[in-house]
Amino acid sequence: MKCTEFLDELTNYLDGALDDRTKSELEDHLAWCHNCYVVCDTTRKTIEIYRNSELYELPDDLRGRLQSAIMTKCAQHKHKKPE
Amino acid sequence: MSTIQPNVQPVSEELELVRRAKRGDDQAFEELVRRYDRNVFRIAQHITQNREDAEDVVQDAFLKAYGNLAQFQEQSKFYTWLVRIAVNEALMRLRRRRPERTVSLDEDVKTEDDSLPREVADWSPNPEQMYNQAELREILTRTVQGLPPGFRTVFVLRDVEGLSTEETAEALDLSVPAVKSRLLRARLQLRERLSRYFQKRVTGDGNK
Repeated sequence: MKCTEFLDELTNYLDGALDDRTKSELEDHLAWCHNCYVVCDTTRKTIEIYRNSELYELPDDLRGRLQSAIMTKCAQHKHKKPE
Repeated sequence: MSTIQPNVQPVSEELELVRRAKRGDDQAFEELVRRYDRNVFRIAQHITQNREDAEDVVQDAFLKAYGNLAQFQEQSKFYTWLVRIAVNEALMRLRRRRPERTVSLDEDVKTEDDSLPREVADWSPNPEQMYNQAELREILTRTVQGLPPGFRTVFVLRDVEGLSTEETAEALDLSVPAVKSRLLRARLQLRERLSRYFQKRVTGDGNK
């Protein structure tokens, strides 16, 4: 496996979506190609860091306001509907 | 090396809520709002990069879902359908704010590949611990905001929100290969940009 072929499969590999044969070819490549190993490892870390990052959490007070605004508008919408 | 699996919620209980909401049970709909408002807010903030817009998107997306519940086909998950509505609302607001630029999910498909790794320096073993929480948040926000909207949206749905590739394709009206290709490029670009902050620091005595 060449480095470009490895890159083509990287997303499938990280998502656990490879068949056993391709996975083992890819892991053989990773065993000797340090650059690809680093790219794979740091890409996996990138995903994990974002997944754990809790960016843009909705604060409780704003959340409460949004929920009541939504339900009020839904009720208005319902009453507008013809029977 | 371990793989990353998205979190998947059970569908049947949710479908029951949706059916009750369709029959006019507002408490059931409110439960759906409580279940997904945080996700919709995050997605909207990532796309619009603006808090007020994100608040509007949350309200409008749920209202639109409420008004169109009858159209919801039960072959797909309610959440995927809701995300599709929210993404469209968010893109509309982004376009309004940036009328000078065309904003679409297709705008950034370039022929030359700018995602190939150039910087392959290894990272510190615990990159998150190199910065305090506020600094880390700033780095991550700035970095993901630097991605073009089409890449950013795919990355957020797939890797932050944990939708499957197929669900992401459905929510964005893209093909599965298009989602995979954008996801790869988004991940590689983010990795490259984060390397600036997270690579191993060389100390004075030559140890890494």
